[in-house]
Amino acid sequence: MNGNRDAQPKGTLLEVDDLRVTFPTRTGLVQAVRGVSFSLGRERLGIVGESGSGKSQTGRAIMGLTPPQAEVSAKKLSFDGIDLLSISPRQRRALRGNRIAMILQDPKYSLDPVMTIGRQIVETLRTHEKVSKAEARERALEMLRAVQIRDPARVFDLHPHEVSGGMGQRAMIAMMLIAGPELMIADEPTSALDVTVQLDVLNILDRLVAERGMGLIFISHDLRLVSSFCDRVVVMYAGKVVEQLKASELRDARHPYTRGLLNCMPRIGFERHPLPVLDRKPEWAA
Amino acid sequence: MTAAIAIDGLEVVFDRFRALKGVNLEVREGESYGLVGESGSGKSTLLRAITGLAPVASGAITVNGKALGKTRDKAFYRDVQMVFQDPYGSLHPRQTVDRLLQEPLAIHGISDGEKRIERALDEVGLGKGFRFRYAHQLSGGQRQRVAIARALILEPSILLLDEPTSALDASVQAEVLNLLEEVRRRRKLTFLMVSHDLAIITHMCERLMVMQDGEAVETLTASQLIGHRVSEDYTRNLLRASEGFVRV
Amino acid sequence: MTASDAGSLSRREWLLSDRPASRLQARLGRAYVAWRRFSANRLALVGMLIIIALLVVAAFADVLAPYSPTVGDLKNARLLPPGAAHWFGTDDLGRDIYSRIVYGARWTLYVVVLVAVIAAPIGLLVGTVAGYAGGWTDAILMRITDIFLAFPKLVLALAFVAALGPGIENAVLAIAITSWPPYARIARAETLTVRNSDYIKAVQLMGASPFRIVLRHIMPLCISSLIIRVTLDMAGIILTAAGLGFLGLGAQPPLPEWGAMIASGRRFILDQWWVAAAPGAAILIVSLGFNLLGDGLRDALDPRSGDQ
Repeated sequence: MNGNRDAQPKGTLLEVDDLRVTFPTRTGLVQAVRGVSFSLGRERLGIVGESGSGKSQTGRAIMGLTPPQAEVSAKKLSFDGIDLLSISPRQRRALRGNRIAMILQDPKYSLDPVMTIGRQIVETLRTHEKVSKAEARERALEMLRAVQIRDPARVFDLHPHEVSGGMGQRAMIAMMLIAGPELMIADEPTSALDVTVQLDVLNILDRLVAERGMGLIFISHDLRLVSSFCDRVVVMYAGKVVEQLKASELRDARHPYTRGLLNCMPRIGFERHPLPVLDRKPEWAA
Repeated sequence: MTAAIAIDGLEVVFDRFRALKGVNLEVREGESYGLVGESGSGKSTLLRAITGLAPVASGAITVNGKALGKTRDKAFYRDVQMVFQDPYGSLHPRQTVDRLLQEPLAIHGISDGEKRIERALDEVGLGKGFRFRYAHQLSGGQRQRVAIARALILEPSILLLDEPTSALDASVQAEVLNLLEEVRRRRKLTFLMVSHDLAIITHMCERLMVMQDGEAVETLTASQLIGHRVSEDYTRNLLRASEGFVRV
Repeated sequence: MTASDAGSLSRREWLLSDRPASRLQARLGRAYVAWRRFSANRLALVGMLIIIALLVVAAFADVLAPYSPTVGDLKNARLLPPGAAHWFGTDDLGRDIYSRIVYGARWTLYVVVLVAVIAAPIGLLVGTVAGYAGGWTDAILMRITDIFLAFPKLVLALAFVAALGPGIENAVLAIAITSWPPYARIARAETLTVRNSDYIKAVQLMGASPFRIVLRHIMPLCISSLIIRVTLDMAGIILTAAGLGFLGLGAQPPLPEWGAMIASGRRFILDQWWVAAAPGAAILIVSLGFNLLGDGLRDALDPRSGDQ
């Protein structure tokens, strides 16, 4: 592995060593994640890869949302000194949402369609903290304001289908941040949004992460976006980490996969016909 | 030079919602033309109006010099074909690639089917090995290649592309874009391509129209866009957004 | 590994190949995958065995039945209990009940197959046309369907038989006329989910006529849910036919139809229970068989699980 050890920060929040996720299928066992190792401080870490690279399953395994038929194993998977694999499901649930939160790609599917946005945020808060209804409402409104929703009192009473995609994703972020988590996992949080809205949402996320000193894992297929947003980047291919590097050093990426991925996207002002394509080598997956 | 597609004052209305509000467009023969915009801008509706999948409320569409009426005849579909956005939804789940490619030939009563199918598969870089597979036995990129082969098998002169790569991985996207450029050069096709991604449009197209809320914002050449010589703020916003995240 | 093992292994690989080399291989491969899914369900296999047994019994009734189903020994063999000579006993006319049940399998199959052959295509056609055409066509066709659905099946069938006259052919017709509406509903629902999909739009953009789209692209997608539903309904059809037979409006004496047999056994049900119980058990087992088969087919053919 080409881990840039010196790029690792002090004060580790999350440590992942040799994480494996195995799915049973009709034709035998399939490993979606095959020995992923990295550590995270209070920083923004990007996990980049194409479909089937195991990036989402890595995020889900940390979150404890792996489908029950699959098996998760690791030499070490610890969050703030807590061994995530040995604690009870109940303790895991308490951790989830309270200290570790996750944002998914499409707010349409991750918000409850029959509950108002405000009530969802209030309920999330009240399951993790003992606060009065009035205070919960006050804090929810404050949170909606923090994600730059201009008229929080109105949005509070709306149902998810009544708001736009960008607004829904902001509400989702508000809901995830209300309990004050220390680690946030964002799985393609902006892929379903229009480009201009995408930047607004990323700005909000960026500011909140910086202000609250959270650790962020940003999972995406878009290498360029991730490298402009994160401090460090982990590049995954076929369930393995092929390269870890500082986002600012992406141009000097050594692995041919990372370089190929950067190269193959069309860029404004760089005329290349035909576009360079990725020549996948079997040894990358070995 | 004649216009391959000429659109004048096109209005499309779905249940009182005006999806297109009087759009004009001229695509020259052999040209590759791009439509850029965000969701709800009406760019896909424009393609669907041309093919007859969206209801035209008013305005005129002319294709290869022929004015289109309410319905499209078979000859129209031999001139104009379309590639859809989602390769997982655009192939029939119960048909093999062979069946999919045979269908247009059967509809138009074309006899040299065997040869055409083999040639079409070769042209999109799939080869004979893929001929009897079902859609679920193909990857996303392979499915989109089959969709392109299906569109090409009637030998149209105009290809409408509705975000043909937005559902694909970046590396597969490059392969499909290269393939599209190659078939355009070889067959001298006219492209009308829709995308939300300015980089893809500038890569693929010579001219483009930026759309917002069912209206044209401005019309540019690719080199104007590359040189940032744009006059509308909205286009400028799009350009900025396409350059990635900038910490403020 | 023996040679035959190697042979069967490679045959399986050929069937499961991701890159079939011919139309035939692709089709067989698909069928094999469905069969594997079906045969993984033990109960479905039991159901299939029951139905195969029914087919065999119906085909070889002449060989399997020791006595005539219609002519009995009135003098010596009236209402005999089950024994070595008459396995299921005899009825009030001295006929061997076992032989009557064996021949009755033919009539059961006759009813079930004819109803399926008449009702399923009508339902499929009405449903897909209504779903694809939409608008007025849809409204008219579905209101007609609703009218049929508004009456209880047996009552409607009774009315038809009363109008057409009793007899097994008319019973079949009446059941068929009353059982297509649910199929139309299913086919319409299925059509509505696919009619706006890109692959149907793609065929429209090939210039295909609506007729061709419905027939060649939409109907094949509806057929599997319909087969499942028809199989599950078979039990109901048998029971309705039996019900009509029981009321004297279906099969007429001396036809060995199971429902009619129960009806005639009713009079002795307390003293000579076997006269009604034997055909009752036959109906029970065959209905169960169709239900189990239908359940297995649902797992094997369901388009939602069939893609991956």
